[in-house]
Amino acid sequence: MPEVTYLEALRQGLREELQRDERVFILGEDVGVYGGAFKVTEGFLQEFGERRVIDTPISEAAIVGAAAGAAHMGLRPVAEMQFIDFISCAYDMLTNYVATARYRAGLPTPLVVRGPSGGYVRGGPFHSQNPEAAFLHTPGLKIVCPATARDAKGLIKAAIRDDDPVLYFEHKFLYRRIKENLPEDGDLLTPIGKARVAREGTDLSIITYSATVWKSLEAAEQLEKEDGLKVEVLDLRTLLPMDDEAILATVKKTNKVMIVHEDTRTGGVAGEITARINEHAFEWLDGPVLRVTAADVPLPYAPTLEDYVLPSTADIVKVARHLAAY
Amino acid sequence: MTARAPVTAPKAAPPIPAGLTREQLVEIYYYLWLTRSLEERLTNLYRQSKVIGGLFRSLGQEGGSVGSAYALREEDFLSPLIRNLGSMLVKGAEPLAVVRQYMAKAESPTRGRELNIHFGDLDKGYIGQISHLGDMVPVMAGVALSFKLRNAKRVVLVYVGDGATSTGTFHEGINLAAVQKLPMVVIVENNGWAYSTRTAQQTAVKQLVDKAKGYGIPGERVDGNDVLAAYEATKRAVERARAGGGVTLLEFLTYRRKGHAEHDAQGYQPKDEIAEWAAKNDPIDRYEKQLDETGWVSAGERAAIRERIDRELTEIVTTSENEPFPEAESALDEVYANPPRLEPLWYRNGSNA
Repeated sequence: MPEVTYLEALRQGLREELQRDERVFILGEDVGVYGGAFKVTEGFLQEFGERRVIDTPISEAAIVGAAAGAAHMGLRPVAEMQFIDFISCAYDMLTNYVATARYRAGLPTPLVVRGPSGGYVRGGPFHSQNPEAAFLHTPGLKIVCPATARDAKGLIKAAIRDDDPVLYFEHKFLYRRIKENLPEDGDLLTPIGKARVAREGTDLSIITYSATVWKSLEAAEQLEKEDGLKVEVLDLRTLLPMDDEAILATVKKTNKVMIVHEDTRTGGVAGEITARINEHAFEWLDGPVLRVTAADVPLPYAPTLEDYVLPSTADIVKVARHLAAY
Repeated sequence: MTARAPVTAPKAAPPIPAGLTREQLVEIYYYLWLTRSLEERLTNLYRQSKVIGGLFRSLGQEGGSVGSAYALREEDFLSPLIRNLGSMLVKGAEPLAVVRQYMAKAESPTRGRELNIHFGDLDKGYIGQISHLGDMVPVMAGVALSFKLRNAKRVVLVYVGDGATSTGTFHEGINLAAVQKLPMVVIVENNGWAYSTRTAQQTAVKQLVDKAKGYGIPGERVDGNDVLAAYEATKRAVERARAGGGVTLLEFLTYRRKGHAEHDAQGYQPKDEIAEWAAKNDPIDRYEKQLDETGWVSAGERAAIRERIDRELTEIVTTSENEPFPEAESALDEVYANPPRLEPLWYRNGSNA
């Protein structure tokens, strides 16, 4: 079992699906000759040819729109947003056209829109965004946010095979920072809609996804060492549809819950999770549901500013101690 | 109006243009009249509040819709705009489906989810529009892309109005299609008005066909109220696309004689302008005149077609009127392929949270 990075795992998943299913093709800006801004699709043009790896004009709406049209006709397009920040240029196409296509017109629209999201990389306001909350509110879309190399691969393969449109938000901070041993043979698929207990615990639960899974695991480690707290970490993996069963299971197990995400606070995913817990497991709680998130500001560039705005391991430890005291 | 003598007229008739047969001319007449009559029936239903939402008319624009769609083959695809009912009928949309859709019936093509002519049929080769103007250009570029990737000699036709040429998606879609040399024809129906806005307030170009230059594609300006001219121009563009020649932009000159939708009293439109187009440039009148002058299709034959359409529409309206609305809970079906039905909200299913 060779060790692969998150980025390599994603690339493997894409390549395997391109090899397995000739209906799969890739389109996006600089995905062909250049192999993608982060080299996710490096070598694909040579391997699969320019019909299946298409360099497009700088036109996010057309990329997504064309992907939808091709998907209606039975193909399985994977559209890359060079940075996920630019998905806002395709917001109309995704929310009005793609998300409603099956419901309003019975149109099959199996497509994937993927791209690098997230901060901690000094990318500034337009190369660091986390756009999930903007789409969480759109019935008809599915949203996945892999945190591990295994899920980077397993979720891209599952997303491509899914019959619904899937937004796949990979995290650029994780691209080359985490590695994992993955089996070379067999189909590695992560089911969409299923969370994963990343660390078992009994005293307190952290519900999180994407890069902050790792910060939460660090915090859990520290809390066990320094406070003797057994912290459970739930990696959601999929945001839409949300795994209510897993969320309620961890609430009922530890009775204390905090939610950690890198995206800004107001109107964020944490608010939705809190509401679900409130509605379905109020009597199981021994304390308030607390949030650790980015501050409500556009993400700034300078290291001092970015580090101040984004959630840190220290923030998670501090809030966990506050919650544990209830 | 008296019919020409059926025995002598065909002998005297000049040759039919554009490779069309006499039977096809009859069929074109059928679709023109069907479009107009169907909309008139819908207007009656609208006045009786049986059309649930808005009603959009293509009065005076039927020629461009029917003529252009008629240039497609069965395996080709189109995406209509709100004033292209005629194109959809040519592509196989059933009048009953249209009436059901306007009346929000359970058996409507979208099962009551969408309004007016916002529906499609992948088997018949047309994809329904959404309200966001210009969005169908990239989507249909994607359909054309699928044809290219599969080496299929099939073509896509997408309609936009003069207003939609101002949108970003129009630009992005046509540019992508041009760069990829996709088999696509874009028809800009310039009817002079985008709701209450004149074309001159929409764009500073003298004529919309000039925009073709900006995309490096051929463009042609067409008399959109001459059904056979619309057919011929579209046919040329479609066959160029089929042969690998890429995208063509056609500007159809026409005029919107009704308001944006039926509720719109169109006070902003000069009355004499509407009257002049109605009197001198109605596509069906012009086609009738052409058929009379050439003797290709007799007045008697045309009258029989109109009577048949009238009977069919009466039946269709009665059928649809007697049908139910969709079951309320079907609102939760098919947001996703999987799961196929969403759970009802807990206070709607009688159980506890």
